[in-house]
Amino acid sequence: MSIVVKIEEKLYQNRYIVDESRPHIQIRNDAVCKSCESQACTVCCPAACYTKNETGSVTLATDGCLECGTCRVVCQDKENIQWDYPRGGYGISYKFG
Amino acid sequence: MVEKFDAIVIGAGPSGNAAAYTLAKQGLNVLQLERGEYPGAKNVQGGIMYAAELEKIIPDFREDCPTERHIIEQRIWLLGDDNYIGTNYRSDAFNSDKPNRYTIIRANIDKWFSEKIREAGGLQICETTVTELIRDASGKVIGVRTDREGGEIHADVVIMADGVNALLARRTGFQQELAPQNVALAVKEILFIDPELIQQRFGLKDEEGVVIEIMGKVTKGMVGTAFLYTNKESLTIGIGCLISDFKEGAIPPYKMLEDLKNHPVIKPLIEGAEMKEYAAHMIPEGGYKAVPQLFGDGWMVVGDAAHFNNAAHREGSNLAMASGRMAAETVIELKQAGKPFNAANLAAYKKKLDDSFIMKDLKKYRNLPGIMHENKQFFGAYPDTLTAAAHSWFTVDSVDKKTKEKEIMKSFVKKRSIMGLVGDAIKLVRAVR
Repeated sequence: MSIVVKIEEKLYQNRYIVDESRPHIQIRNDAVCKSCESQACTVCCPAACYTKNETGSVTLATDGCLECGTCRVVCQDKENIQWDYPRGGYGISYKFG
Repeated sequence: MVEKFDAIVIGAGPSGNAAAYTLAKQGLNVLQLERGEYPGAKNVQGGIMYAAELEKIIPDFREDCPTERHIIEQRIWLLGDDNYIGTNYRSDAFNSDKPNRYTIIRANIDKWFSEKIREAGGLQICETTVTELIRDASGKVIGVRTDREGGEIHADVVIMADGVNALLARRTGFQQELAPQNVALAVKEILFIDPELIQQRFGLKDEEGVVIEIMGKVTKGMVGTAFLYTNKESLTIGIGCLISDFKEGAIPPYKMLEDLKNHPVIKPLIEGAEMKEYAAHMIPEGGYKAVPQLFGDGWMVVGDAAHFNNAAHREGSNLAMASGRMAAETVIELKQAGKPFNAANLAAYKKKLDDSFIMKDLKKYRNLPGIMHENKQFFGAYPDTLTAAAHSWFTVDSVDKKTKEKEIMKSFVKKRSIMGLVGDAIKLVRAVR
């Protein structure tokens, strides 16, 4: 039995204060993602913010980000992720944590 | 003019709150900065809170602290594909006036703690991200810069309680990036459910609680553990594995969590519950060998940011609170003695840590993270063979018991060989001795 997981349904329950058009994480160089064999960010991110795109590179959408830091850790060899906290008051806002 | 405080505490988690409260209580002029919308907005914990360390800081915390259930039963389960083998310890003696362990909902605790800090005279500002440490020509930390306008603030000492990511310490060059084998990623959900169902399913009354720590097939052979905790009106369920394993495993963490929720042993316990939040957080699990530089001219680092977490015993928030308190006490002592907050004097903080359970426990288990990382059989082969053995033993059929024993032994040897089994036993003993 394989269970299909819809990550959107999980993230939908969370409270986010989105900082429009100011993503706190950025991919530095698209070409580095293209040549990255593992693209581990696409598997490890618990909010599925990273997806492999049709050009063979990686697309990042930070709106569902849980600010855990995993992507930065898995990409540290390539140093291709610019990782910051969102501005004060923005981003995930856990009701329960 | 730039405002100046005795101390700045960065972060409003258990370590930062312990530090800020201890400082404020002694009348020091303390500023606590938190990037979240409110205290707790960025924090995630399983969560079990151990009373002892909070009691040292706020002795009468039980009067109004919003804990969930006090824990009267601990279960440790090894999950197979459709089964578990486990051990439970339950005692009515845990129903004391002063219970030792509570399940908690983290945001509730952080709000409560922050209120105590404000009552004690501490100044807390939320929605403010510290962007960098300000250092003088000699390299001494003299304050912080924030993302607010004119956001430069000075202090005699800065206590970094900014959590596992510890961006400030890393950016300043005080710490290296976390190695993937030294940090776990855990995901969890909070599931709301009728409290009567919790009491029925776990055999509880009033505010009694059960916690289940889980190992086995659910982590798909990766180094990791799962948990299921009972709160007043909710259950929290989560699973975490080393990031080095997630990196190689090609299984997304949320898929692993969903499989756990659908495991035949777990599913009936959470049936009918409504998911209200999904969270993810990194846990520093490198242990003693991964502890970074803890102090320097004008700064100290506490809690998760200092890698204070005892993975073997699932302890983190108590190490956080203890380290926050010790950092604050160091500040208070230096202030009273009129001494400067340089590295030589702040070394007193490290001495306190070394003399406490924090460094003693981390040191005791210093080899465990490496052994677990290099010996995946503890998470793959063993759960399978153990549950299969139990299944054979408890199935009453016409096979005589001696033959059963032989078959069980054979199954262990097949998986690991005699030398493998002996070697694993030695490794485990060495790791926890």
